Amino acid sequence: MTERQDSAVTAAGLTKRFGGFVAVDRVSFEVRAGEIFGFLGPNGAGKTTTIKMLTGLFLPTSGSGRVAGFDLMTEADAIRRSIGYMSQLFSLYGDLTVAENIAFFSRLYSVPKNQRPGRRDWVLQMAGLTEHVDRLTRDLPLGWKQRLALGCAVLHEPPILFLDEPTSGVDPISRRSFWDLIYELAESGTTVFVTTHYMEEAEYCHRLALMNRGRLIALDTPRALRETTDEPIFEVRVREAARAVEALQGVSGIIEAGMFGRSLHVAVETADGAVELIGGRLSAKGLDFEGIEPVEPALDDVFVARVRAAGGAPID
Amino acid sequence: MLNRTRLLAVARKETIQLRRDTRSLLMAFVLPVLLLVLFGYAISWDVKDIPMAVLDRDMSATSRELIDTFKSSGYFQIRGFIEDEREVNALLDRGAVRAVLVIPPGFSRDLGSGERTPVQVIVDGSDANTATIALGYTRGIVQSYSSRILLRGAEASMPIESRTRVWYNEELLSRNMIVPGLVAVIMMIIAAMLTSLTIAREWERGTMEQLAATPVSRAEVVLGKLLPYVGVGLIDVVLVSVIGVALFQVPFHGNPVLLMTLSLAFLIGALGLGMFISAVARSQLLATQMAMILTFLPAYLLSGFMYAVDVLPAPLKVITYLVPARYFLVVTRGIFLKGVGVEVLWAQGLLMIGFAVVGLAAAARVFRKEMS
Amino acid sequence: MNSATIRVENLSRRFGNILAVDGLSFEVAEGQLFGLVGPDGAGKTTTLRTLAGVMPPTSGDAVLAGISVADDPESVKHDIAYMSQRFGLYADLTVMENLMFYADLYQVRRREREPRLDRLFRFSNLGPFKNRLAGALSGGMKQKLGLSCALIHEPRILLLDEPTFGVDPISRRDLWLIVHEMVANGVTAVVSTAYMDEAERFDRLAMLHQGRLVAAGTPDDLMAGVEGEILGLEVDRLRAAKRVLSGHPAVLLAAVFGETLHATVASAERDGPAIVHALTEGGFRVDSVRTVPPSMEDVFIHQIARADSEREKAPTSGGRA
Repeated sequence: MTERQDSAVTAAGLTKRFGGFVAVDRVSFEVRAGEIFGFLGPNGAGKTTTIKMLTGLFLPTSGSGRVAGFDLMTEADAIRRSIGYMSQLFSLYGDLTVAENIAFFSRLYSVPKNQRPGRRDWVLQMAGLTEHVDRLTRDLPLGWKQRLALGCAVLHEPPILFLDEPTSGVDPISRRSFWDLIYELAESGTTVFVTTHYMEEAEYCHRLALMNRGRLIALDTPRALRETTDEPIFEVRVREAARAVEALQGVSGIIEAGMFGRSLHVAVETADGAVELIGGRLSAKGLDFEGIEPVEPALDDVFVARVRAAGGAPID
Repeated sequence: MLNRTRLLAVARKETIQLRRDTRSLLMAFVLPVLLLVLFGYAISWDVKDIPMAVLDRDMSATSRELIDTFKSSGYFQIRGFIEDEREVNALLDRGAVRAVLVIPPGFSRDLGSGERTPVQVIVDGSDANTATIALGYTRGIVQSYSSRILLRGAEASMPIESRTRVWYNEELLSRNMIVPGLVAVIMMIIAAMLTSLTIAREWERGTMEQLAATPVSRAEVVLGKLLPYVGVGLIDVVLVSVIGVALFQVPFHGNPVLLMTLSLAFLIGALGLGMFISAVARSQLLATQMAMILTFLPAYLLSGFMYAVDVLPAPLKVITYLVPARYFLVVTRGIFLKGVGVEVLWAQGLLMIGFAVVGLAAAARVFRKEMS
Repeated sequence: MNSATIRVENLSRRFGNILAVDGLSFEVAEGQLFGLVGPDGAGKTTTLRTLAGVMPPTSGDAVLAGISVADDPESVKHDIAYMSQRFGLYADLTVMENLMFYADLYQVRRREREPRLDRLFRFSNLGPFKNRLAGALSGGMKQKLGLSCALIHEPRILLLDEPTFGVDPISRRDLWLIVHEMVANGVTAVVSTAYMDEAERFDRLAMLHQGRLVAAGTPDDLMAGVEGEILGLEVDRLRAAKRVLSGHPAVLLAAVFGETLHATVASAERDGPAIVHALTEGGFRVDSVRTVPPSMEDVFIHQIARADSEREKAPTSGGRA
């Protein structure tokens, strides 16, 4: 993998306001060339708005940034010509065939004429659509459409690719093969900037930025994020989850208890004595449980802990 | 199935939403008043500066004197002199002038010798209001100049166009006619714009799907949605009537209760029609367009409001029998201007009630809560 | 009174020439938390809409608490609550106005409203926002409001369509807490999700793919049914290692998960050393190897693969447009 030290994308204090509503609040980060950089957060966190600022679709209210070496505020046109972008809402034309969509985007991105056939074949092969060239795009299954959209976004071989929730709703198999494609692109030097609200998918990224309510609340590799969460997490399997959560609330030494799959994840202040603390409390309330074990925090736990550290739950 | 709690719940919800929707409120209350004022003041009794051309065949001091009288009256504006009769048509056609004064060659001689002297004035009849007034002024000016002048006034008779001009607005439109007519048109606007959006909007926003899963019945939805708009409509009837009478001195000879009762029937029918459109269209854009074509335009053009039904070409005249606003206009004009009661209006009354029933039934039949 | 069970019998729904739901059959016991799991286009929304009586089936039936949806969809509605995928409440009404509207629609008695609202507000933390317009709430709050409106009449059956989609992790936990509490009180809940990790929390689930039932059972049963065992390996150059293992005869499936390589083999004990050897031979550095339990995602992938190969063997199954 190429190890260039220059940054492909930098953002410094990027802010976007819509009237009184602050959609993105002083977000700063740096994406290295060839990296797969993830932006993780719930709907409404400001991920799409941030991407739109980086791709020149929105003008930032304040702050600055550089994409592919161009300035965000003054060189938006140059940026748009050097990047690939796959938007959240589907960006291909449903009533055009696969071939027609590829042809259209080739022209749109000014792919040199002599390169078009080669790029076209590459996209078809990458997306597995060689035998479906003449099918109407809207008749394709979702996973295939996403691959086609990805292909069309990189027809002009941009150094940076922006993907906004590219695998939302896609089945697991298609998701995996889509990420294989992303990895291939990253290996050949493309920087990939991805947004998602799907915690599992975030694991695929080299580095992650967690966003909530317009703010950046954490930035690191997935592993580091998990390892540097201060609060040890213990997993407990219970039968009556709701009552157990209620029982564990307000207990000194227990920071928070929340549902995680079929178990509870309990964040405690220290690992020492946690098992007894939790077990004792549950038994006192007459609640059955089995197995209290320390576990590595999942990204879900990291997110909750960071939101808490950043000043409380996003309740409104 | 009609449950009172659910029906009122739907009505309350619609009312709250209507109260919070500025655009709809403007359309419901400001627009009618605006229209009333617009129409009321557009028909002004004061007609001044009517553009006029002069064909002076006499070219004498006397003829010039007559022309000066016209000029100094303030009612006419002499735009120019023409040499030839053929120019008359062209000028009137273009609308460059509204009247042409033709002074015959023997004018001053005849006047001097005591003979009855003809002077001709040709007036553009397409604006009947101005035309009649212009003729009146002319008569006055000429008489005051000399009682011996025999004024021959005529409306320009030109080939096919004249028919068109006469056709357009044969009846003199006055405020008296407009205000009652406006009540009908406004009812239709409310129906067209507001109710046609209500069901379509719920489909578009996704709230209909959620509502469909509750035990609410179709009838409860349709009637519940209807109620606030009935209130709005009735308020508008009162508003327009009161302003019409107070501001424009439109007479009101009839029974207010009868007006409100028949307005209610007409309103329900119009609202039912609006909801029918909303249920069929399922998208707000389509609903608005359909409403324009099916309710607003017919009410405006074919009800007798803008153009008297009698002067419409035959095929259109037939269609007017299907326009409910046509019958409602008879009701309003009758109650306002003639003070007639049920004995005269019973037929229209029945038609209004029939309209209400048909409108509601159509809406209830077509509306489905389920997704297809 | 009939027990709050659900029986889906050969349910189908067609749109033009697309079969969105294809002969679906499953059962939900009273007081069970049942999941409908699958990606977009699997038929989850269509199935739930049919169960809620919002969309009539093309063929087949669903019987909820003894009432047939095909015969009498309106009667079903008194006992159920449905929460659509799209926010279905009124954005221009306040939180309280929405709740009162639903209380009226279900004719919840006046004197019962206050205690119920208290409880709902406690769970949802919506109390401080009583008079806020629903459209001004955050995504998570909107979903909690939707759930509260669904619960105001204390339904016996809950039908929730992707209630946690895109919602922040904290609100998501709150939502699940409410659902679990309801289920613990005897409510039957059918919840759909495209998140495979949420699939593990159901008592029982049905996996859907392109309108068809691909697998059904408890999470434990489904995970146990995955062929082979999964080894998690920490290697350098993950993608390259994956390519190597994909070609290895002992490896059924190889996939990258974050920083680990997952390799499905027939037997961890027998095949584990073999593939580690293959990697080290190939110049890779293997930091650790351990058996990992299959995730629901693995279950899904295995079931799809199985369904596909079965279809290839027996192409005469009817019903597919």
